[in-house]
Amino acid sequence: MADTHIDDATGVETVGHEWDGIEELNNPLPRWWVLLFLACIVFSVGYVIVYPAIPMRHSATRGIAGWTSRGQLTAELRAANAGRAPIMAALTTTPIEAIPANPQLLHEAIAGGRAAFLVNCVPCHGSGAAGSPPGTFGGYPNLNDDDWLWGGTLTNIETTITHGVRFPGDDQTRMNQMPSFGRDGILTAAQVSDVVSHVRSLSGLEPASPASARGAAIFANNCAVCHGPQGRGNRQFGAPNLSDAIWLYGSSREAVTDTVTNAHAGVMPAWGGRLSPATIRMLAVYVHSLGGGEGFTVPSATAAPAKPTKPDVIAARDVPVVGAGSHGKP
Amino acid sequence: MVNLDPRHQPQPPGQPLYARHEPVCPRPVNGPFRRLKWVIMVVTLAIYYITPWLRWNRGPWSPHQAVLIDLAHRRFYMFAIEIWPQEFYFVAGLLIMAGIGLFLITSMVGRAWCGYACPQTVWTDLFQHIDRLVDGDRNAQLRLRAAPWAPDKIARRLGKWSIYLVIAFVTGGAWDLYFADAPTLTHDFWTGHAAPVAYITTAVLTFTTFALGGFMREQVCIYMCPWPRIQSAMLDEKSLTVTYKAWRGEPRGSVKSSATSGVPPGDCIDCGMCAAVCPTGIDIREGPHIGCITCALCVDACDSVMAKLERPRGLIDYATLEDSAREMAGEAATSHRKLIWHPRTLVYFALWSTIGMVMLFALGTRHHLALSVAEDRNPPYMRLADGELRNGFTVKLRNMEDRPRRVVLALQGLPGAAMWSDDMARSAATCTLTRNLAADQTAPLRIYVVAPRQTPPQPFALTATALDAEGGSATYQTRFAAPETP
Repeated sequence: MADTHIDDATGVETVGHEWDGIEELNNPLPRWWVLLFLACIVFSVGYVIVYPAIPMRHSATRGIAGWTSRGQLTAELRAANAGRAPIMAALTTTPIEAIPANPQLLHEAIAGGRAAFLVNCVPCHGSGAAGSPPGTFGGYPNLNDDDWLWGGTLTNIETTITHGVRFPGDDQTRMNQMPSFGRDGILTAAQVSDVVSHVRSLSGLEPASPASARGAAIFANNCAVCHGPQGRGNRQFGAPNLSDAIWLYGSSREAVTDTVTNAHAGVMPAWGGRLSPATIRMLAVYVHSLGGGEGFTVPSATAAPAKPTKPDVIAARDVPVVGAGSHGKP
Repeated sequence: MVNLDPRHQPQPPGQPLYARHEPVCPRPVNGPFRRLKWVIMVVTLAIYYITPWLRWNRGPWSPHQAVLIDLAHRRFYMFAIEIWPQEFYFVAGLLIMAGIGLFLITSMVGRAWCGYACPQTVWTDLFQHIDRLVDGDRNAQLRLRAAPWAPDKIARRLGKWSIYLVIAFVTGGAWDLYFADAPTLTHDFWTGHAAPVAYITTAVLTFTTFALGGFMREQVCIYMCPWPRIQSAMLDEKSLTVTYKAWRGEPRGSVKSSATSGVPPGDCIDCGMCAAVCPTGIDIREGPHIGCITCALCVDACDSVMAKLERPRGLIDYATLEDSAREMAGEAATSHRKLIWHPRTLVYFALWSTIGMVMLFALGTRHHLALSVAEDRNPPYMRLADGELRNGFTVKLRNMEDRPRRVVLALQGLPGAAMWSDDMARSAATCTLTRNLAADQTAPLRIYVVAPRQTPPQPFALTATALDAEGGSATYQTRFAAPETP
């Protein structure tokens, strides 16, 4: 192994290894490869000087360019926020009732609201805003339907999000408290049963019966003050409509009996202190757009098409398309 | 030199297998094939450089460039045709046609693509003319190459490379013009306002044209391009190749030497013209060769020599292997028509033209209004306060006309149903929604469909119909989700 051996066919020195008669030539590295390697070494010297490179006790060396990954992230976030600034400023200054009159603002608000909803509201209301079905963990309202405890106009929704429901620490929070008729002994178990029959008969879940007739009288004395004589509810107090098909805590006899006996009092945080007014406005517009929103003011079905663009400038086609209240390519 | 046939390259042991590249300096030649090459070169270069500057009036809503690949807006314009990304199968079909077209041409006339129309051939030819213009003829070029780096050589080299660079730049720049409005891009390019990608693309393509056309030339065909390998697999005894008719030419030798040796002379006088004019630097007399792009310049060269000697033309000529055997045996060659139309070419032609006809039919009958519908899955359905069921859908209406259209969207096959969109109240729900679509755009539309409380899950359709003179409609089959037990 010590003495050099020259391969006959090529005239190149071998490295001295041999496997079953196969030897390895000690060809030099290709010139371009060596040059590239040297160039990389030269580059690395400059890199170490310019960028953070050598690990020190608490952090790496700073590098004369002052670049950090956090700094880059901050700059990118700042640029993203700067890009959104006009929309956010418009959302902050435009009263929420006026947003639907501006199709582009409406579109941006729905898109922004969807994003904010996924971050803040999904844990209770679900990613499809469908709430949760009645049950042990039930009681989170479905925001897609057209049944609203506290009102379904843009302004109503904005107020609910800002101040929350039964949220301690907010003076203007949506507040009501149904008595626990059974647990507190206001009604006997038999009376509760009669009221349940009456309540279920309001939406046709049960036929009218002597029990429901007795329940009607009890209802008039105890429940009608909030839920109304016909059981249609009262949004001023957040009293639910008992005559429709939507049951937050379930429509079975057991579920309604439980509600009358123990009462429910769901809580939603007040988001006023946590989210910016513009974000709350976007959330309200998004929730309003889910199909159950009330109080539409702008008939947009006959909006005018976009203005023609200059024929020769392709880039100018990026103007928003008003036609369907939105814009975009496939 | 670039002969890869091992029979012609005896390798004594100890010799490196790597042969240094010797530049090819072909002689100019005149003749019918050279004239054909001139015509094809002028036509192909003109198509390439001029096409982006052609205008085509598409009205106020779309760009006015006749051929435009508008990547930013996902549109492909070619004269009266506009392709959307959803219709990419037209482009795929075009590529398949190009592939089968190459097979067809190859089985008909051999490597005609390589010899005449391939960009590498056309630009190499152009650059070889530049060489002659600056350095002089073949002998002058060879002398200059051997000469030391004196001022004259430096000046000539710099001058030649500058011309290369200008051609390369124009070539690289013209590529960009297919992807944006040509006059605007040219203006922006020179005022420094074009997108960085325009400068990068121009730089890359300038470099590749400069390197591949100016320096690598025939090496691209021989070492880099996969097509000659594919073609050599496709050639058979019926394929036209440029053939040296050895049975007629051999024994080769000058008129004088054959007179002294006493052997009856062949027609080849070994003047070497065929090798001297070859743009890939091969000697066709060595037989079929992967470096032969069948440009037939050696045919022109040999024919002119034969004419001077008053011998019949065609010592080097296009011939098939079958015909070569036949001629060797003294029989007549196959007719040209029979050469071109044999079963294989007919099959290729049938395939090629069928795809073309299908595409033309599809293009002629396609709708310029389309819709796609995505149903909400979370939640799939929703019970409303009055007990009715609601489904949400995201509808995309595509108006592929270059003008705004008014379109009515209608529910089909869902009894008692109505719909409204997210910018309307439910009280305004009806069976139809009318929308104005902007020209050449997709309009997303969120709709809610409500059906009576007992509605079972069932399929239904949404139909979009244009409310203008041309009409046209599109239908999308979707599904109404509902609880299985109402």
